[in-house]
Amino acid sequence: MTTSNGVAVHADRVSRHYEMGAAVIRAVDDVSLEVRSGEFVALLGSSGSGKSTLLNLMAGLDRPTGGAIFANGRNLSELSSLELARYRSRTVGMVFQSFNLLPRMTLEENVELPLRLAEVDRAERGARVQEALERVRLEKRLTHRPSELSGGEQQRAALARALVNRPTLLFADEPTGNLDSATGESIMLLLKEIQQKLGMTIVMVTHERPLAERFADRIAALADGKLLTDGVKS
Amino acid sequence: MKAGDLGELALRNLREAVLRSSLTTLGVAVGVASLVAWLSLGIGLQALATKRLSNSGLFDTVIVTQRRSLQSMRRGPAESSPAKNARALDDDAKKEFERLPNVVEVYSQVRFPTEVRYNGTPYSTIVAGIPESARGNGSFDGIQGGFFSGANADEAILQIEFARDLSTQPSSLIGKDLIVRYAERQALPPEAGRTPGGHAADRETGGFSIVPREKKLRIVGIIETEPAAGFGGFGSGRLLIPLEVASSLRAAQVNDLRDAVRAPTGKPVYASLTVRAKSASLVGGIETAIKTMGFGTFSLQDATKSLEVFFRIFDMLLFIFGSLALAVATLGIINTLVMAILERRREIGILKALGAADRDVKQLFFVEASVMGLLGGVLGVVFGWLVGRAVTFGINVYLKRQSLPPTDVFSVPFWLVLLAIVLAVLVSLAAGLYPASRAAKLNPVEALRYE
Repeated sequence: MTTSNGVAVHADRVSRHYEMGAAVIRAVDDVSLEVRSGEFVALLGSSGSGKSTLLNLMAGLDRPTGGAIFANGRNLSELSSLELARYRSRTVGMVFQSFNLLPRMTLEENVELPLRLAEVDRAERGARVQEALERVRLEKRLTHRPSELSGGEQQRAALARALVNRPTLLFADEPTGNLDSATGESIMLLLKEIQQKLGMTIVMVTHERPLAERFADRIAALADGKLLTDGVKS
Repeated sequence: MKAGDLGELALRNLREAVLRSSLTTLGVAVGVASLVAWLSLGIGLQALATKRLSNSGLFDTVIVTQRRSLQSMRRGPAESSPAKNARALDDDAKKEFERLPNVVEVYSQVRFPTEVRYNGTPYSTIVAGIPESARGNGSFDGIQGGFFSGANADEAILQIEFARDLSTQPSSLIGKDLIVRYAERQALPPEAGRTPGGHAADRETGGFSIVPREKKLRIVGIIETEPAAGFGGFGSGRLLIPLEVASSLRAAQVNDLRDAVRAPTGKPVYASLTVRAKSASLVGGIETAIKTMGFGTFSLQDATKSLEVFFRIFDMLLFIFGSLALAVATLGIINTLVMAILERRREIGILKALGAADRDVKQLFFVEASVMGLLGGVLGVVFGWLVGRAVTFGINVYLKRQSLPPTDVFSVPFWLVLLAIVLAVLVSLAAGLYPASRAAKLNPVEALRYE
């Protein structure tokens, strides 16, 4: 879903400050960024640069302390807790570095979980789970638990879970961080394929410049909570 | 989240922490069992006392007398007459009483002094007529031998102390015969005296004469306690015979002398009638109705009210006492759920990242708490019932050794089952309030960072 001018997410002078006693940590400080619909943007930066915080703000997992984030044509800061949960459920898909699959659930149950939260009819769920797992080529591992899968498979399962509600925005926080380079590359290829086939907007956090340069359409570099550069990759 | 999904996830979470969930549920079950056991003891004791007292006839009877004015009483018995608005306590009145709602039976008291001859030895005692209805009301529970074979049987039941006077081995008396000597009242022709207001048998007569008579009776039972069908009833009678037999003997009674000297009314009347209600709680209404009809009444209704108040307070104390264990169980639920939040912090973060609203997380914890409460409640009712059965069994073994009849001191009515389960669920929900709201307020970013 996009705004009329084709912008999927717009961070407008966004800040996220934390108070630690008397000190103020400026995790994200006055950052403005536009992500256009169907674009693959990489947020590049070293540890502590504020890239994950910015991603969390855009994904509706956190609220900014200053500025505004517009997604779906609405200011996320003005949404109620319930509306923000609906935004996460219906508009956003999330992939994490540590996969974050629920270990006691099977693959099928993990992928079905967002459908339960979005109150999708039970009759429809089976086909949706199958479709998502086919997209990441894990349709034959339905009954396996995460511990029975390799790291790459787990991340693919997490990707299937992120896609099952057919979101328009996919946020990936260091999706290759816990994987070897070959597996990481396969995940990046999968993300690229999803972007191209589904026309999905992807915002990915990474600290690996080569990966960002190879797969992203645009790189926004952050350091100390500030946006350093924002532009088409070199 | 839909209710079905919420339930499935909650059950899954409970299954995953099966040991802790089971122990918490068991804690609730022990709490509920304690509550059920104590309350069922209170209810059981109340039922037992009520039954005993009801059987005693002290609380479910109304004694009806003819209303007399105080002035007439001061004038002396010879001139005493019914008050102006008073009605005669005759057969018509008796029939009216029988027609009143909630009246079980109406009968007149028959009790007279007698001399009993057994094995040629005379013994003085009091004979009392027992209505046929006494057969089933529990007054004769624990009787040695049996109740009268019929309403007109020439049979007797002895009170144990009187039986001991007759024989050192009272039980050997059952099946033996004894002779009852009594004074029969025989009506005199009108010219021989004035018409008394005493007995139906003396209607249209001028009084009565006394003739000694004998009656052979077979002993069919011996009773340990003294059955008292009302405070004006056959209490103090030590030789009990069927009421119809007692009436047919036309034995002279204590009131006869007083009635013989009263002014004639021209209508046969009873000295008093005993009206028995279906239950003690209905006595008030019957008493009011009879008073309205113009008769004097007496009952121990106030005593029943005091008894009710006593048991209400007793039950309340037992409820408080039994609830203590449930309070401890509540702390167990809070502890389990707070621990679950710590353990499942990351999971809560994932759920929120996937779109779970605060209320979904809250409801999940509530459902988990209520499932533990429901299971604990059901188990607790079963445990409580088992405790009651076990204690009852122990009491009855003891009673049997003491040669006393068995009794059931625990009672688990359906409302108590419902109350216990509903209370367990409500208490569990209350216990889940704090953990659930804490879990719902978790910041997803912080929760996801938690390892």
